[in-house]
Amino acid sequence: MIDFELEPSVINRLKMYRSVSEHMMRPISREYDEREHEKPTQFYESMWSASAMADVQVGDNKSGDNKSGGKKSDSDAAASRSLRNLNTVLSTEELCWGDAGLFLSTPNSGLGGAAVMAAGTPEQKERFLKRFRGGKPKWGAMAITEPGFGSDSSAVTTTATRDGDQWVINGTKIFCTAGEMAAEKSEGFVVVWATVDKSAGRAGIKPFVVEHNSPGMSVVRVENKLGIRASDTAAIVFDNCRIPFDCILGSAEVRREGGFKDVMATFDATRPIVAAMAIGVGRAALDFVRDFLKEQNVPVRYGISPRRLTAVERDFMEMEVQLQAARLLTWRAAWMLDMGKRNSLEASMAKAKAGLAVTLITQKAVEILGPLGYSRKILVEKWMRDAKINDIFEGTQQINMIIVARRILGYSSKELN
Amino acid sequence: MIDFELSEEQQMIRDSVGAFAREEIRPAARPADESGAIPAALVSKAWQLGLVSGPVPEKFGGGGDARSAVTGAIVAEELGFGDISIALHVLAPRLLAFPVIEMGTEDQRAKYLKRFSGADPVAATAAVMEPRYDFDLTALQVTAKQGGGGFVLNGAKCNVPLAAESDTILVYAASDASAGLAGVDAFLIPRGTSGLAISEREKNMGLKGLATYELALKDCRVGADARLGGDKGINFSRLMSEGRVAFAAMGVGVMNAAYEYARDYAKERKAFGVPIATKQAIAFILADMAIEIDAARLLVWEAASRLDKGDDALRESYLAKNYVAASALKVTDNAVQVLGGHGYIREHPVEMWLRNARGLAAIDGIATV
Repeated sequence: MIDFELEPSVINRLKMYRSVSEHMMRPISREYDEREHEKPTQFYESMWSASAMADVQVGDNKSGDNKSGGKKSDSDAAASRSLRNLNTVLSTEELCWGDAGLFLSTPNSGLGGAAVMAAGTPEQKERFLKRFRGGKPKWGAMAITEPGFGSDSSAVTTTATRDGDQWVINGTKIFCTAGEMAAEKSEGFVVVWATVDKSAGRAGIKPFVVEHNSPGMSVVRVENKLGIRASDTAAIVFDNCRIPFDCILGSAEVRREGGFKDVMATFDATRPIVAAMAIGVGRAALDFVRDFLKEQNVPVRYGISPRRLTAVERDFMEMEVQLQAARLLTWRAAWMLDMGKRNSLEASMAKAKAGLAVTLITQKAVEILGPLGYSRKILVEKWMRDAKINDIFEGTQQINMIIVARRILGYSSKELN
Repeated sequence: MIDFELSEEQQMIRDSVGAFAREEIRPAARPADESGAIPAALVSKAWQLGLVSGPVPEKFGGGGDARSAVTGAIVAEELGFGDISIALHVLAPRLLAFPVIEMGTEDQRAKYLKRFSGADPVAATAAVMEPRYDFDLTALQVTAKQGGGGFVLNGAKCNVPLAAESDTILVYAASDASAGLAGVDAFLIPRGTSGLAISEREKNMGLKGLATYELALKDCRVGADARLGGDKGINFSRLMSEGRVAFAAMGVGVMNAAYEYARDYAKERKAFGVPIATKQAIAFILADMAIEIDAARLLVWEAASRLDKGDDALRESYLAKNYVAASALKVTDNAVQVLGGHGYIREHPVEMWLRNARGLAAIDGIATV
């Protein structure tokens, strides 16, 4: 039955995340925006030891795919009802309300973990992810983009060549979030997407787990960015980087059909999370503007004739409802994954809507606050810069629109590109 | 607990009302827009669905169905998908029946509800809107002053559906202008009451199948028993929220109608040798429509779900309704655009949906879910 109310236990858990945001992120938010590339090590330690972080983990979307219409077993049903993806989306919102850059820099398995969860075998999940349960802070990262392509994920040119019981990886990856921390500054790993057979096109593209400090892997650059400056974005070169054979996630076999599915399956789980990041930043801006208007005794009169609203009231209400629309789409996409439903369409809808909506919401927040909004004394201008990344990474708005369009029109990527 | 799935019962209701909208309402939409008349046979068939009698308590001969705003929103969306004019016509009796069910005194319920339990349609309506550019539900200008053991109403109303054929009109008026929403009352006024004048039928840009009228109230006197809910009065805020949810839901239906039509057209229509839907310029418009429809529907359901829990939904229903009013205009306009010149021709329904969608922004209403 249709219900949008969070359970009290969930609300309580979210309060904990909110407290992390308020007490651990906001106080250093500006500092690590200004001091790009410096590391908030104390923050890392605190976040790592906070067991609260344990469940900020991208979900397993292989729990079921009910498009065949078959009934799942009771235990499957119970497992899928755990709402793991939805919970991740909710906690992501709370933490990005605190600071999206710091959120991305938080030690955890990150997008690398998401890829392991989506494409790995049970043995691989255990082998690669158990390190995140203790010890020193560690990072997982995912490397897919290359200098020569971005949105066209199937254009991977990085190669993985089999040599006995090893894979040899060659190529350059860029825009790898937390790449520096994962590859060189912790006992983490980078999941690298590389082709094992260029002639096979998409089907030949596979994910490989490359352990930190693997010989042949080097971070060659950390980017300077518009926003999310607390998070490192690395360029990584793989030069005859040798890794064990069993570091390929899933099967090494090149199937002509569906070989690229793992990448896409990862996106189905991560796009709602990026949408949730956007929503967290949007909520930060909205909350700030709401409090500000209250302080200035500017009323926001719900229910009255729209013709009698002031421009500020209209703007504020528009920000509010756009954010809520994006939020509900995002919750739905994550919930569907938890229910074992195919959610590619809905995940892209949520991502496209949230990325754009929050970009506009934060820009409007700067505008409403006038010169105060433009000043670096308050965080609103930072949120505007931080928000924009959500309109770009994990599939630009436009790529997500194409995915939505293909799905609703029943077109293949050849028919609509 | 978060859930995005309809109950089995809601699914069944959606399927049956949806089929009715597709098979019966849709074919009648254009003729109704051109002629201004909705066939009596269609109104009768819609009546058989129990849209009005269903929630009337069993002791008054109704179905005694539990009311749910979410279910109501689902029904309104499906009907709106068929045609908003016809939807508003067949739902008009609810404007009187539902507030009486929800907030009427026992006497009022006994007096007014039985009529809705028969096999044949009975017209009824409410007068809410007022003919001013800044018409505002929260600041009604029609007044009701106590006097002569009852009330005296003065002012003007507009967009009152079916006023000329309804025996009784529920008229909303400010009985205490300083009390805001709490100062609003509703009065059950027989059509022939002296001081109540019904205009010629209004002529509007869209929603042309729906007969609407202006009311002029000039020292219109009613007894104390005409006040809905008696001394307790009504919860106007809730009725207002219910109305906004209903309008918004109908708007989602229009959006969906326009989207489906434009989508199917774009897959058929060729330019430069290929279907225009294979061009990003068109495909993105359609994708945006699909996203906006889902977003709007979720906002409507969220507001409705709050109402079902007995929570205040003034803010949520207002924001959802305004969102839909803007999105429906955008989506229907884009549907006309996708069809190009053909969209401008009355042979296709999209221009009608654009005119009807415009009406959503102009109209604000009362309890129909």
